[in-house]
Formats: sequence, C-alpha cells, structure tokens
Amino acid sequence: MAKIRCALIGSGNIGTDLIYKLRRSDVLEPVWMVGIDPDSEGLKRAAAMGLKTTAAGVDGLLPHVATDHIQIAFDATSAYVHAENSRKLNALGVMMIDLTPAAIGPLCVPPVNLKQHTAKLEMNVNMISCAGQATIPIVHAVSRVQSVEYAEIVATLASKSIGPGTRANLDEFTYTTSDALVAVGGARRGKALAVINPAEPPMIMRNTIYCLTDDAPDVEKITESVLAMIGEVQTYVPGYKLVNGPVFDGKRVAVFMEVAGLGDYLPTYAGNLDIMTAAATRTAEMFAEEILAGTLKLPAPQEALA
Amino acid sequence: MNFPDLKGRKVLIHDMCLRDGMHAKREQISLEQMVKVATALDAAGVPMLQVTHGAGLGGNSIQHGFAPHSNEAYISAVAAAVKRATLSVLLIPGLGTMRELDSAFQCGARSVHVATHCTEADTAQQHIAYGRKLGMDTSGFLMMAHLNSPEGIAAQGRLMESYGAQTVYVTDSAGYMLPGDVTARIAALRDALKPETEIGFHGHHNMGMGIANSIAAIAAGASRTDASVAGLGAGAGNTPLEVFVAVCERMGIETGCDLFALMDMAEDIIVPMMDHMVRVTREALTLGFAGVYSTFLLHAKRAEARYGVPARDILVELGRRKMIGGQEDMIEDTALTMARERGIAVSRAA
Repeated sequence: MAKIRCALIGSGNIGTDLIYKLRRSDVLEPVWMVGIDPDSEGLKRAAAMGLKTTAAGVDGLLPHVATDHIQIAFDATSAYVHAENSRKLNALGVMMIDLTPAAIGPLCVPPVNLKQHTAKLEMNVNMISCAGQATIPIVHAVSRVQSVEYAEIVATLASKSIGPGTRANLDEFTYTTSDALVAVGGARRGKALAVINPAEPPMIMRNTIYCLTDDAPDVEKITESVLAMIGEVQTYVPGYKLVNGPVFDGKRVAVFMEVAGLGDYLPTYAGNLDIMTAAATRTAEMFAEEILAGTLKLPAPQEALA
Repeated sequence: MNFPDLKGRKVLIHDMCLRDGMHAKREQISLEQMVKVATALDAAGVPMLQVTHGAGLGGNSIQHGFAPHSNEAYISAVAAAVKRATLSVLLIPGLGTMRELDSAFQCGARSVHVATHCTEADTAQQHIAYGRKLGMDTSGFLMMAHLNSPEGIAAQGRLMESYGAQTVYVTDSAGYMLPGDVTARIAALRDALKPETEIGFHGHHNMGMGIANSIAAIAAGASRTDASVAGLGAGAGNTPLEVFVAVCERMGIETGCDLFALMDMAEDIIVPMMDHMVRVTREALTLGFAGVYSTFLLHAKRAEARYGVPARDILVELGRRKMIGGQEDMIEDTALTMARERGIAVSRAA
C-alpha cells in the first residue's frame, strides 16, 4: 500500500521518537530529518536509520520536497521558528503538524476534534502540549455529558523529560494548555498547573483532571463517558491509564491518570513526550488516510526555486 | 567550641503570616484580618511582609484551595494600610505567571520570592528576570532544600543569581533540616555567590528547629530570615517571629523590630485567628521527620476524614514516593490507592 512521505524537522528527542512511531505506521513513511547542527546525535541517528538528512534547516529540505514527494512535515523545533518553517513548506503544498507551542493552526486532540479538522483541508494543525494531550480528552468526556464551568489540570513531569526549551518558557506552556482546556475541552474557564519532579528513578507522568460542573454531576453517565474516552486514547497511547476516580465531591469531578510511554526512543517514564509524538502520528495518519483515499487533496507541490 | 559571636550583625526580617499563614487558615483570611495584621506588623517595625494566597500568585485553584478574595484585592488592601513595610509576593513558576506578577506589582508589591523545587532553578529564569525588569527586590527561593546537597544548592543558587536574583533562599519547606544541614548549605552558597548577593533562610518548625536553624543560617552568612508572628504558617508553622526577635536581641543581632509589640500582636491578634493551634502535632512532626512538604498537612487530614486512612500513614507514603511541593493532588490519589489496598470501602461520591 502506498504511504504518505514525511519530513521531520528538529532532530532532538521528539523528532527521533517520531521516526519510530512513523516506521510502524501503515500510511506514513519517514523520509527526511532536518536539523541545524551537522554534528548532532539526532541527525547521525536518523541517517543510521536510513533517513535522508540535512543540517541546513528547513531551507536544506525545500529543494527536495517535490522530487521526494514530501506531503506532511512534523515540526518539533520551537515556537520562534515554527511560523517561518510552516510558511515555506505550506507554499510547497506540504501540510504541517506543529508540535511547538506556536499554535498558528487549529488546536488538535485526536479523539476530541480530529475528525472535524480532517473533514476539510487544514495546512497546519497544532498539538498544544503534552499536558493538553493527556488531559483535554477527559475534560471533553465530562463536558459532552453536562456543562463544565471550570476545568483545572495538574501535570507532573519527570525532571529528566523536560528539555531546556520548556523550562525557559514555562508560562507559554501554562497559557497554551489553559486556553485549550476551553477551546477544545469545552470548559468555560480553564487553568493548567505544571510540576516538575526530580525523583530517581524518574516518576511516570501523572495528570490530575478536575472539572466543576454547573449542576450536580451525573455520576453514572460521567463515569461511563470518561472510561470510554480512556479507551479511545489507549488506541494510540497504550500506556494511558486510569489510576483513581472518577471521584465526585459536590460539583467537583476528579480523575487521576498516569501516562507511560512506549519506550521507543524515550524512556517509558517520559509519557509526556510520548503522548505528543503518538498524538501527532495519529493526527498525520488520519490526514494521510484521507489523502490516500482521494477525499482530501493537498495543493500540488511546486518545484522549489534553485 | 564557642558559637560565633554575631553581635552587631543585621538581619532583614520577612513576615509570612499573610502568605504561609494562609495555608494554616485553609486560605480563609479576610481582607479585614489582612489589614489588621499588616498594620500591626508595620507598627512593630517588621520591614518586609508577604501577602498572597498560600501557594502564591495564581494559587487560587481546586488544587490549592480558593481564598475569599483575589491576590490583587489582598495586596491592594494591605498596600493602602502600611506606611513603612515593603510588600512581597510568592511566585511558583508552573502555577503563577508573569502576567500575575505584573498585576501584583500594579497593586503595590515591590518584592518577590520566585520559588522552584531545589533542583529546578532553570524554570525560574523568565520570572526572575521579569521581577528585576519591574524593579522589584527579587529573590530566588529553593524549596525542599534538604533534597539537594550543599554543592547542588550552590549550583542552583548560582543559576538564580545569573538570572538576576539579588537574594537566594535556602527553604526548608519540610521543616526537616537540622542546624548542621543549614550551615552546610548556606556556607556553600556563600562561597559560590557574589559578595553582593544576599542569602536568606525560610524555616518550618516541624522539628522545633525554626529558631536554631535561622541562627545557624545567620552564622553561616545569611542576612535575611523569613518568620511569622506566633508561627502562623503551614505544618507546625514558620519560625516564630517574636521568639526569633527575642533571641536576636539577646545575641546582639539587629532586627529593628519592637519585641514587646510583636509579643502583644502574637497573643492578641494572631493566636485568636488560628483555627487550630499551630504547634508540633503528631502529623506536623511526621512532616519534619519524613521530609514532607508542610502544606500537605491539612490536605492529608481531609483525606483521612474522607477515605479513612490515617493522615500520618498518607504523609509517610508521600515522602516515600518523593512527592514535592505542588503535588497536592497526589494526596487524595495516594489516599484512594491506600484505601483500596487496605480494603476500605470508598464511595465514589461524597
């Protein structure tokens, strides 16, 4: 079966983990890895795994887009360079999956709103944040039963799994995730809290989701909806696990989750990074299926100017 | 061995009643009480006082409890009431943001503790830099400092100094440290930091060591001490401020505070405000003994009431699982798991 050919931009942990995820896919094929440092471990590893590589950034990829028939690119660089990367690749008919907090395109959480995005052509979709991917499905599972006045999430991450970019821009993470609890989760107000725990051995990512419902929560219906949603997320993140709850206290619904990664490239405790790469892969697959079926047409790739 | 002579040393006292004390009051201090306490502190010559939700800016949450008023309302009310004292706030990155720091500054806050876990200083870079940009007296605040070595604390302190922190705090959030632990960490910081960078110590009294630890910190080079009148704070409370001032007077350490006014304030204003006597209870001692974040105390007691697992058992388990400040959600989670393991029937809805 034909596969959609992909480029990975950013040769760090996320980009490298994506190679593993894409190689398992029936509809996606990792072809290019784009970096900026010729000596980086990530580029060497990608080359060893059979990918074409460039250390010249996105500009190094552009001349090959048409000849290598690249149709989807994943950006795991930073919010600061994403806009420019997206503009250049979109112009060549390449769709962008944005794993940075740039959030130029619509926010996407696969089991919540992916179908609505694949129904029409989106040339850039944003994956929000790891905490967003891990918690928004649960907020949505409550808000589809009854209205949620306020959603609050607490994401606890292993210190070793948090890179310098996130550390230097924690406010961005907070704002992006808080906004998405409303925009995608369906709560009227949202707040995201992040805690970084240095325990050794590293702790597995934990997420606690609180929702305050407008009226007394329907215990049966909410429990059923939450369990069904966990099942949906588990189809692409097998380590997405309910630890406790849902428990109800007045109008407060609390759900205590754990996310273990697959351990592809990143260790299993880094469920936060894994859920991003898994969600991004799932998103790309849904678009790829539409493209392969001919129901979605990307603009024809143009030859890059020499 | 003779204890070093500290006669003539100056220490800047920073009261915590209206921030850490919020924890001991389940975040329920009224605006009137805030103004009354701040006015009394100001009159007694306490130079710095902290005012916010117990968890600082952004603290109003399900996780940390909702105060009856916004941080902005508290800060504005206190700013209008004090004549001399400098108002400070707490900001924990991941919870509070620069937007909230900006807003606190607009309301009259002029100093900030930017707090991280003792190994995660690099999450505070943008917030420390922003505090300085606003012209605030900016401290880096290394919480749960017993969980990092003296060398590790020195390295984290240097990072905070490089971001612009004018003071670096050793924060004994669990009330776990003994004077030797304090001396080693403060001395390592003193060696590592620039001479003009100040060092502070923030103690909790869970092992009864608040005063002794604060004095050890000064002897090792600290020039700022956090304390609270009558100890109003999380766990067994902070270093009791009036007791600390009395000890300083006897030792010839200059605080500029009026001891008798503070004694009166403790007895007449703070103790009557307490919902429970802030003292070294069984659970508070467990915090200090096991090295658990002091704020977990009342959360664990609530979990005991709901899920039937003793608070002490929950606290010990949280210590074993290496939970840190901000993980209050894990108290209910741990209680649920322990109740299940013990075969205690838990109803889903309360």
